[in-house]
Amino acid sequence: MPGLKRTPLFDRHIALGARMVPFAGYEMPVFYEGVISEHKAVRTDSGAFDASHMGVLEIAGPGTHQGLQQLLSNDLDRIGAGEAQYELMTNEQGGIVDDLIVYRRDEESYLVIVNASNRETDVSWLTERLPQGVDFRDVSDDRALIAVQGPGALKRLGLEPARSFTFAEIELFGVPCICARTGYTGEAGCELVCAADSAVKLWDAILAAGVAPCGLGARDTLRLEACLPLHGQDITPETDPISAGLGWAVALGKEFTGIERLRQIAAEGPSKRLVPFVMDQPGIPRQGMSIVPYGEVTSGSHSPMLDIGIGMGYVESKKGEPGSMLTIDVRGRPLWAVVVTKPVYTSSRKYTDRKGEW
Amino acid sequence: MAAAENYPADLKYHSEHDWARIEGAEAVFGITWKAQDMLGELVFFQPPVVGATVTKDGAYGEIESVKAVSDLVAPLSGKVIQVNDKLQSTPETINDDPYGEGWLVRIELADPAEADALLDVEAYKQLLVEE
Repeated sequence: MPGLKRTPLFDRHIALGARMVPFAGYEMPVFYEGVISEHKAVRTDSGAFDASHMGVLEIAGPGTHQGLQQLLSNDLDRIGAGEAQYELMTNEQGGIVDDLIVYRRDEESYLVIVNASNRETDVSWLTERLPQGVDFRDVSDDRALIAVQGPGALKRLGLEPARSFTFAEIELFGVPCICARTGYTGEAGCELVCAADSAVKLWDAILAAGVAPCGLGARDTLRLEACLPLHGQDITPETDPISAGLGWAVALGKEFTGIERLRQIAAEGPSKRLVPFVMDQPGIPRQGMSIVPYGEVTSGSHSPMLDIGIGMGYVESKKGEPGSMLTIDVRGRPLWAVVVTKPVYTSSRKYTDRKGEW
Repeated sequence: MAAAENYPADLKYHSEHDWARIEGAEAVFGITWKAQDMLGELVFFQPPVVGATVTKDGAYGEIESVKAVSDLVAPLSGKVIQVNDKLQSTPETINDDPYGEGWLVRIELADPAEADALLDVEAYKQLLVEE
């Protein structure tokens, strides 16, 4: 496709018969066999995703830690070398510029992985605000990122379980890589960052271990069932982390861009909240549909595990309690949905586990 | 298991990738192999009600895959006399067997002569090549 970039695994995707689509400036696989079978592979065993389109930044040198502390929402003093943390990068109004994961390598050395769609925005945002003398490198084009996710993922790779949000530099199938216990599916597993020119070797070995290749289609339905927000849909520069239910990643006691507004929202209580819901009638909610009368669906799809429509959207706070009934305008048909607890579905936890509470 | 690409010769085709099998004064509608392939695995079928009037080239229902929604376009005009209810629980049947078990509705034709404006299989295959 003209004008689109390719990841180091492009030829492998074509050879596997992937359906390719444009995404964030890249030509990416949306599925190989089918979204539903790939989704189920991750929930029941394991799946591998090419996430090499994501931005990989290396930030190091004196002033890095304090500089990032002043730009990111979570408290970096709470993690040490080998630990990772989920962050919101917020603007002066408390709006979300991007969500990202930082990996602390040392006192003053971080690896930062950001959304592909926001890579350029984030690079500008950070380089304009980090202190002089900090060594900032956008190494995205020199790295590949492969996520291997699912209850059987670690066993397939011969890796021991480790605490979530930790990472180590290892050699896997002869390829030096950073192995992080993070992901975007709600399942155990890892995200592997390696040199772009080793990506094919690593990918081939992962698939040879019996892991199913999975495309962006399953990545989206998996993260939606797990109630993980997508920047650009569920969270944006116009929405704040408190309303989005991400207050757990906001250190209200520290100083960073947008903190005054976030303290105010937290103190007053948000007027709208991002909530997950499950359809109570046949029909599939989609992004942009109205939640009658005062809300909007920010993500919606068919849940492959529950075989019904599910979604997330902003509703008036008083309508946001689990058990509340919502009406969603599905192309002119008003359909009932019910607000549920997070996650809607992962292999270890489902919203129905807690249904008795409401 | 998704069907292999094929286009039966006994059907009439609409350029929006819908087919009609004319049986006397009635016709059965469905979507073509190409339509189901473009949409991907189907997860929801919103049928018209029995008794509803459908108009040639007009939308008569909706079909959804995980990622996309598509209107169903009526190849011919008439009145709905039967809906394939089995698709409510197993919409993936449309992927598996788009011309057989994956049929969508049966209608009583308003004007059988409308069929003259539809494509035969060779004309439809030519359309696919041009697209």
